[in-house]
Amino acid sequence: MSVRPRDVREIFLTFARIGLSGFGGVLFWMRRVLIQEKRWVTDEELLEGLAIGQILPGPNVYNLSFMIGYRFAGLRGAFAAVGGLLAAPVVILVCLGLLYRVFSSVPFVHNALAGMAAVAAGLLLSSAVGMAAALPRRFVPWLFMVAAFVAVGVLRWPLIYVILGLAPVAVLVAWQRQ
Amino acid sequence: MATAVGLFWHFLLLGCLAIGGVSTVMPDMHRYMVEEHALVTAREFSDLYALAQAAPGPNALWVTVLGLHAAGGMGAIATTLGVLIPATGFSWVASALHARHADSRLALALRRGLAPVALGCMLAGCWLLLNAAAQDWRGYGLALVALVVAMRTELNPLWLLAAGAVLGITGLV
Repeated sequence: MSVRPRDVREIFLTFARIGLSGFGGVLFWMRRVLIQEKRWVTDEELLEGLAIGQILPGPNVYNLSFMIGYRFAGLRGAFAAVGGLLAAPVVILVCLGLLYRVFSSVPFVHNALAGMAAVAAGLLLSSAVGMAAALPRRFVPWLFMVAAFVAVGVLRWPLIYVILGLAPVAVLVAWQRQ
Repeated sequence: MATAVGLFWHFLLLGCLAIGGVSTVMPDMHRYMVEEHALVTAREFSDLYALAQAAPGPNALWVTVLGLHAAGGMGAIATTLGVLIPATGFSWVASALHARHADSRLALALRRGLAPVALGCMLAGCWLLLNAAAQDWRGYGLALVALVVAMRTELNPLWLLAAGAVLGITGLV
């Protein structure tokens, strides 16, 4: 059963923690904090929210955070969520951007980033595996998942065409099934 | 100031088109900032992208450092708001509609139909991120270790990221 946040302040602080720890990908931390720690949403809800966040223009995790905040506390909750998500990272990134002007030629900066990126890929994959477990055990959803993966990851087609091409078919099939 | 205003309108337009995430409009940002207006160099463009990937927070905040580098503080505000204003508007409408029609047949079909597509795109993102980061089998091995540890243990993943940074600096991955 899912739990509700106490108030808008808790929404802000929770998303601030997600944003602050979100090295190399917010989605991993969002799943860990919102599902495993707080139990505000389920894997299924997070995946469905992400899916809606993806067809809306703009950053997916921003759209997802906005919608989760809105669900619990309306517009105030939505702005608490995205405000928390962005506040610290914006400050950190501006500092890093200023440092970059000075240190852009130091090689170990690049090497450290490469090692962290490999770990981040593994972490993001663990979130994907966890959410895949929430998909229905039927052929069709898995077929759409593989098709999207191949189109974007292997064939390197632009994401927008893949979504515009696959999404209407996937929604139509889900509609027909009901 | 004129640069920042120009950036704002251009990023506002791109923000409306960025279905699937800000990375989908990256080629056009490159065209506008590097080729057409020479606000940043091609190398700075990709370096800043890697920086935003590694930093905490949504990777889309890359547009903030891009704007900062191109036109200072006003530039950072222009690019960030340009991308976030449309996202906020669309999310608001979607949230309000969803609150009223969450159990309608269309809402269910949208959520259930789109979920596997979103997951496939996410897996592709992992795959591309991994291929960009890993030089050889050791990079893939490190990602695999991170995957297993994250799934099997309660260890704070910040330790894993720190270990990845150390292994990267010492040249082991």
